[in-house]
Amino acid sequence: MLTLLNRRTLLAGSLALGAGTLAFPRIALAQGSGSRNLLFVLLRGAADGMAMLAPVGDPGLEALRGASLADYENAQRIGSFFALHPAFIEVGKAAQAGEALFVHAAATTYRERSHFDGQNLLETGGTAPYATKDGWLNRLAALLAEAERGAAPRALAVASAVPLALRGAAPVSSYAPSALPDASADFMTRVAALYDGDAELAGLWSRALETRAMAGDDSLRSLRDGSANGTLIASLMKGPQGARIAMIEVDGWDTHANQRGAFARSARGLDALLAAYKAGMGEEWANTMVLVATEFGRTARLNGTNGTDHGTAGAAMVLGGRVRGGRVLADWPGLAERQLYEGRDLAPTIALESVLAGAVAEHLRLDPAVTLARLFPERAAKPLSGIVRV
Amino acid sequence: MSPASIALNRFGYGLAHGKQPPEDARRYLLRQLDAFDPAPRAIASRTKTRGKTGEMLRLLRDLREKVREAGDPVMAEPGMAGAMAEGAPENPRAAALAGLPPEYREKLMEARRVVVDDLAVRVNVAIASPAPFTERLVHFWSNHFSVSVGKPGTQFEVGPHEFGAIRPHVLGRFSDMLKAAVLHPAMLLYLDQFQSIGPGSPAGQRRGRRDNPQAQAPRGINENLAREILELHTLGVNGGYTQADITEFARALTGWTVPGVGRVGRFAADQPSGAAFVALAHEPGARTILGRRYAAGGPEQAIAVLGDLAAHPATARHIATKLARHFAGDTPPASLVARLEADFLKTGGDLASLTRTLIAAPEVWAPGPVKFRSPFEWFIAAARVSGIEGLEPPRIARVLNELGQSPWRAPSPAGYDDLAASWAAPDVLLRRVELAERLALGSPTEDIVERAEAAFPDALSASTRTMLTRAESGRQALALLLVAPEMMRR
Repeated sequence: MLTLLNRRTLLAGSLALGAGTLAFPRIALAQGSGSRNLLFVLLRGAADGMAMLAPVGDPGLEALRGASLADYENAQRIGSFFALHPAFIEVGKAAQAGEALFVHAAATTYRERSHFDGQNLLETGGTAPYATKDGWLNRLAALLAEAERGAAPRALAVASAVPLALRGAAPVSSYAPSALPDASADFMTRVAALYDGDAELAGLWSRALETRAMAGDDSLRSLRDGSANGTLIASLMKGPQGARIAMIEVDGWDTHANQRGAFARSARGLDALLAAYKAGMGEEWANTMVLVATEFGRTARLNGTNGTDHGTAGAAMVLGGRVRGGRVLADWPGLAERQLYEGRDLAPTIALESVLAGAVAEHLRLDPAVTLARLFPERAAKPLSGIVRV
Repeated sequence: MSPASIALNRFGYGLAHGKQPPEDARRYLLRQLDAFDPAPRAIASRTKTRGKTGEMLRLLRDLREKVREAGDPVMAEPGMAGAMAEGAPENPRAAALAGLPPEYREKLMEARRVVVDDLAVRVNVAIASPAPFTERLVHFWSNHFSVSVGKPGTQFEVGPHEFGAIRPHVLGRFSDMLKAAVLHPAMLLYLDQFQSIGPGSPAGQRRGRRDNPQAQAPRGINENLAREILELHTLGVNGGYTQADITEFARALTGWTVPGVGRVGRFAADQPSGAAFVALAHEPGARTILGRRYAAGGPEQAIAVLGDLAAHPATARHIATKLARHFAGDTPPASLVARLEADFLKTGGDLASLTRTLIAAPEVWAPGPVKFRSPFEWFIAAARVSGIEGLEPPRIARVLNELGQSPWRAPSPAGYDDLAASWAAPDVLLRRVELAERLALGSPTEDIVERAEAAFPDALSASTRTMLTRAESGRQALALLLVAPEMMRR
């Protein structure tokens, strides 16, 4: 009999069953003021903060970046000192609307220049690479469940595999558009029985089914198109069944050579993703926060192949309906030779962990000190405040 | 898991359809060291680098100049990631392709065909191999020296990189593999080495004097390859090197490039690795790296550095850890790492000896499954056990892309993650289930329960056996076997 049903009907059925039998407390919680959502966008490969948000007010910039500065001649200013890369058209509009905040000269505690260690620390929230095994977003899910005395909020990786930042004890689903043909309903049922006695596979299986039912017929076949991506993430986060914590990875930022074109392309993709996501969230944008961060910045000076190499401090973005945006948070270190970190990189003056912990704590109404201690333990700096409008 | 099941599945790519499980697990593995053919017929003709890269880069440069004259500064930059990057076949890319001049479009399509064909050769050799354990080692090392088709021209080189620089050395010496792999055109392109020029070299000096700075982008040194060799390929991230060592090593590497590239290309001297050395671009002078001095010279300067890096104790530790993690689980026993490290140091990086030590190590024979199979591993094992034949190259490429792990397309020079947690994800599992029915469709479907017993000798669970018995058809039973817990972990 099951074979007569198509996959979507079956999945919708199994989802309804799951919701009914498990009686997720967060469905009740989602009423009233509306639950607040968080999307973390990880830019893999060390995005150049000085290209994202060029410090055009610094007299040292010209000597370091030369011809590439032509891109910023007519670019939107954020305050008087910074110019936003012209590819960020929609982010620029959000800044004008007061819904995009930038942080500059920020870095994690990591001071070496390996992508892999840098990403490991940004994702685990640890202080030594590979020492911490779970991710700070996963611990955030647990913290939120404790604070709200409910079940763990739905957490989702918009990727086939779960990135480290989301791995850990709290259950996480993963989803990416697939070009594979659907499996038959009967086969799906038998697979569920096959995994019945296997805790790990049974858990993965039920989360896969729930998330794919949410996505419905997305008609996408991959995650390459920024705009389609943004729409997809919104569809997976909207409504009472949507994920409250989600993460997506965007790569293409490791611009060792000919950075000008490569950065513009990646930035356009990110801009399209963020714009489509915001549009897709509709009214729920008011309850949404997007954090955009990267493992570290790049060298202040262009290298011999018109690119930049691995550096230290970079920029981050915070977007959302309640963000106190339109400004740049920075304690600008300067670009003179002696002001650069080790004579080559933008020097860090803000702890990126303080930005992330402060932003999520204010947005999700958590205690900032507890949040920092849980997500990024052993940090000396305090969580940043004043990120969200009261 | 029984020893026979461990030999088949933890060490290898599972039992192939129609074959019998081993009687003596360790001897079965040792025999594969002799049975391994480094250049089976399908591969022998594809090991040489194809010399097409220079042609492609010249076309790209011409195209860039044309676009620059037309006044689009963004399109005029090299890289062209959108149009260039090899990816899943889909419409935006087709649209980008359509906008390119015909000679360039043809070159790109040729490049794409070459990668797809090379990939199919890799897969088919692994499916049919009488030495699946050694094939696993080839793929382990290929991931250790990861290159990707993300950069123009690499499409012609990534297959030959594995076939010609990795494969012949998997049971040879680590230092030989290191030199062949990092000085191969695929790596020189992938990590930007091909355009690195010593600032004090004649080519660098001439660039500096040029009157019109707009004529050509200024060129200089690029540290990317030097850094990744130290961090990923040899010493490891805590291997005790400094930024100064990286820069010095990058200087020693200048001159190593790809044949037929750039204005100094006509001065290039061909190298055995398929690369070229341009003395005019090499930074003159002696170098000091990790406290050791290397006399001024030509291509042999970087080769001498690589020789010392290969023999370094930090390299032994790094390689031992990665190999142990691959076969014995995400957090391998320290005793196993120490065993492998000691062997590497004692033999000066003899990989055949290292492999025998791995087979003999009791830690690798722990009974429980120690690892979630990566998508590529799962696909090869599924194809072997199903007995499917005649998978067309484009289909192989599509399927691996959908499963989430296309060889030669890892997101970073560190290669694909070798951690169970990286792959044990809901969507990863669902994709395997979606594919299983399709694979079963083209496979022999009789005697599935017996085949399952043979593929997992004394290791098939009662619940899996029951589900296979209850399947409504042989085809469905095979599809279920392909996604059974026994197939997912090893």
